[in-house]
Amino acid sequence: MIKAEHIVKSFDGRTVLDDISVEFDAGQTNLIIGRSGSGKTVMLKSLVGLHEVDSGTIYYDDVCFTDLDFKARKRIRKNVGMIFQGGALLDSSTVVENVKLPLDLFTNQSEEEKMERVNFCLRRVNLDNAHKLYPSELSGGMIKRVAIARAIVLNPRYLFCDEPNSGLDPQTSIVIDNLIRDITEEYNITTIINTHDMNSVLEIGEKIVFIYQGRKWWEGSKHDILHADNRELNEFVFASAMAKRAKMVETTEDGHNGRRAKQV
Amino acid sequence: MQKVFSRPEKMRIYRRRIFYEMEALGLNSIGLTAIISVFIGAAITLQMAISLESPFIPRYLIGYATRETMTLEFSSTVVALILAGKVGSNIASEIGTMRITEQIDALEIMGVNSASYLILPKIVATVFFFPFLTILSMIIGIIGGYMIAALTGIMIPADYVEGLQYCFVQWEVTYSLIKIAVFAFIITSISAYCGYYAKGNSLEVGKASTRAVVSSSIVIMIFNLILTQLLLT
Repeated sequence: MIKAEHIVKSFDGRTVLDDISVEFDAGQTNLIIGRSGSGKTVMLKSLVGLHEVDSGTIYYDDVCFTDLDFKARKRIRKNVGMIFQGGALLDSSTVVENVKLPLDLFTNQSEEEKMERVNFCLRRVNLDNAHKLYPSELSGGMIKRVAIARAIVLNPRYLFCDEPNSGLDPQTSIVIDNLIRDITEEYNITTIINTHDMNSVLEIGEKIVFIYQGRKWWEGSKHDILHADNRELNEFVFASAMAKRAKMVETTEDGHNGRRAKQV
Repeated sequence: MQKVFSRPEKMRIYRRRIFYEMEALGLNSIGLTAIISVFIGAAITLQMAISLESPFIPRYLIGYATRETMTLEFSSTVVALILAGKVGSNIASEIGTMRITEQIDALEIMGVNSASYLILPKIVATVFFFPFLTILSMIIGIIGGYMIAALTGIMIPADYVEGLQYCFVQWEVTYSLIKIAVFAFIITSISAYCGYYAKGNSLEVGKASTRAVVSSSIVIMIFNLILTQLLLT
């Protein structure tokens, strides 16, 4: 479980996160959604400590993360995996070297054990034939999959994903979404995903937090989101044709609101 | 700086990275250093031969002047300025790109001390390898002078060799090696700093790279004066 209490973050006097309190549950795919510039990435980076919050506290299970110094945070960070928007693979390292790096730095395993784990993780993300390739030789989807493999190689308890679908075609996006959801369930990880992809929201969002102008505006599940009585959220959600269709299907199936469905 | 010199996570990984950086920053600079040194050595010999054309000045002084110029100034200071351009811009742009593409953030998330992991191996590699480039530059520069003497007939090669051996002070070589080691530290640390704190986009990486070269060149010139005053007087 990860919990944020009243976190505030400003840059050059401009408040980006304004008194946000939220709890993300273990074993669930938690989504942070919102328009571009709403503060999603700052929120995610604040949760992992890449940005220091101005005030408020962040808890990883029962440990107060904000009170820890760099050394103490290292212990928690070894349990954190993160998938960055662009993958953030080390350009000078091959796929195998990228995935193996955390094992090299933080375990005393033999080379065979490490390679076994690396191969397992690469197989897990369906990437069997790219071991010796460099990031510049990979497609966008492959980069994301290597990033996932690297993020899970140390069996993390917390997984953070910053717009894992950005720049991917819809089919690959679904593959990546399903992969993250499966890994979350398989290893009972607390997963937090930043996204504005409505497909992800409706497919894998077990808990959804909507950020609007730096404030937590709404939270609920993917089932609640289509019927939420919240103008800003509805504007965001129903800007997507897919969400409109999803609501139409739901209301038509419901049988009672056929007339309303046509209006959406 | 404190972060850079803090205790490495795993020495074995750092050793591997030091060798990688020695190849990337040191071995790959041999060609440039050699080409510039051979031409400068030849040019100095040629200029000295033309300038010192007098029956009262012994011809072997041309070889002596070439050796002194190469040893005292060119192979350390000028080579350092050249390396500030090549290696400094390389380091600043590499680390700057890693910063803006979140590769440094990815290392931090893993719990890696990114400053130490990325910068320390570069500093160690250059401080140990650049002195070899200086020695190489001295040798090749002097060979360049010999070649121009032999090929143009502007002086007798035997006089040139006599000049090379005239009044040789070993400390001058040591002084030059100390200087290049200090310059290597300056180039690497300033360039890495400029790259590490780059913000924004590729434009900023370009600016960081330029800032790295300009700043290290100025600091090299200042330290050249300080070290010369401290070590030679």
